[in-house]
Amino acid sequence: MPVTTHNGQLLWQRRTPLTQWAIWFGWLALAVLFVLSWQIMNKNTIWLFVEDAPRQAADLLSRAWPPRWSYLERLWGPLWDTINIATLGTGLGIVLATPVAFLAARNTTPSAALLRPLALLIIVASRSINSLIWALLLVAIIGPGLLAGIIAIALRSIGFIGKLLYEAIEEIDETQVEAVRATGASGRQIMDYAVWPQIAPAFAGISVFRWDINIRESTILGLVGAGGIGLQLQSSLARLAWAEVTVIFIVILATVAVSEWVSAKVRAAII
Amino acid sequence: MRPAAPSAGWSRPPLIRNAWLRWGLYLGLGLYLIAALSTLDVNWQRVLDGVSNGWRVLEGFFTPDFTSRSRDIWQGMEESLTMTVTSTVVGCLISIPIGLGAARNIAPLPVYAVCRSIIALSRAFQEIIIAILFVAMFGFGPFAGFLTLSFATIGFMAKLLAEDIEDIQEAQAEAIRATGASWWQVINYGIQPQVMPRLIGLSLYRLDINFRESAVIGIVGAGGIGATLNTAMSRYDYDTAGAILLMIIAVVLVAEYASSHLRKWVQ
Repeated sequence: MPVTTHNGQLLWQRRTPLTQWAIWFGWLALAVLFVLSWQIMNKNTIWLFVEDAPRQAADLLSRAWPPRWSYLERLWGPLWDTINIATLGTGLGIVLATPVAFLAARNTTPSAALLRPLALLIIVASRSINSLIWALLLVAIIGPGLLAGIIAIALRSIGFIGKLLYEAIEEIDETQVEAVRATGASGRQIMDYAVWPQIAPAFAGISVFRWDINIRESTILGLVGAGGIGLQLQSSLARLAWAEVTVIFIVILATVAVSEWVSAKVRAAII
Repeated sequence: MRPAAPSAGWSRPPLIRNAWLRWGLYLGLGLYLIAALSTLDVNWQRVLDGVSNGWRVLEGFFTPDFTSRSRDIWQGMEESLTMTVTSTVVGCLISIPIGLGAARNIAPLPVYAVCRSIIALSRAFQEIIIAILFVAMFGFGPFAGFLTLSFATIGFMAKLLAEDIEDIQEAQAEAIRATGASWWQVINYGIQPQVMPRLIGLSLYRLDINFRESAVIGIVGAGGIGATLNTAMSRYDYDTAGAILLMIIAVVLVAEYASSHLRKWVQ
């Protein structure tokens, strides 16, 4: 907090002039970057369509309302598929992520030089690719359907679960491990009695949290052919049947709300 | 913990103490698995055929082809990056007043209710679904993507900002208020300095998220590298697809690394 003398009076300023200048320069750079990006982005924008948007929106709304409720009975099957994609995908993700997390955690990894970087690489690669892109790849490989969706969700979940779990493992209380080791326990027994009980609540919390996210993500995987309610969404969009799209949106919203409620309840019970 | 009988030894207490609940849960889980797996209609022949396809995708990943479609790739990348920057700036600017309005300790109840509903609306749907709607209204291209990402940014930023403002030290705002400051002055001198570092940190985090999302909304026509990837995949051009995936991973890594470093520096 610099204080300067100005006309014989003490003057307080929050920052030194130099920091103030640096901050102004930072904001200026951001503004320039924004303007440049805006210009490049809108090179090909047809402003006529943008001006037309309110009319298009009104038109869309008039077609989308009232929702065609009779369509609902054809959505129960796809909805069940969506829930299965999310749940089985989360399960598979947990099975794959747990060993990765143990390999990645500094205190449990068998080889810090070789296996730890490999595990971290798996975690990063899984996290940087969106589940929709995983689904796009898997549909190309094993064909459209639920299996592609389940594997996409699982592959995407590895990074999330693996990262949070290995951080939980690194934060455990080492004295408990030491105490169990002092009884002459084997490696497996140390894992079972000293490490696992400490991370079990975190493990359950992370799994439920990821399941909640996966319900959201699995609703749209059908857009690239990976099964579930997104498939219905795709076909309704292709036929411009907006009254059906509204029903699908309402069903998705309700499902997401229920899954959020369930996950909040389960997490409150665990922690 | 049960007192251990000397001969029986000690056994660990189960995670769920109530035996009925525990076995009920296991039974329910088993029944669900049977029901779910039985409706899982997998064409194993197709899956087996896919293995060779899988090799080709992997091969494409290891022999990426950056050159033959470089014009499309660069255009997609340019759209994704510019979309990310503009939508983060606009989204954050809009989310500041909404975040102020959604903080119960500084906003009156009607304003609070309106701002909270805007946040709920923005968070209710996936980016992809919002993108579908905006593409239908504004036409194909990055402008629809920009609107989608801005809209999604508002819900995220405003919610976290409002929670931040609700968690501030009231004493500091109180001290400013005691000097006879107006509402604006209380915000500017009592609240803004407390939340500013977090706000900048969150914007950087959102920049990172927006790039990831910009890589997928192209699949439904909202511009960006996702559209290029989708085209490459549907043409079975796995070498180009591999190149695009590598670029996405690279940018995500750089963005994550840079944003976490900047965040540490700011906070």
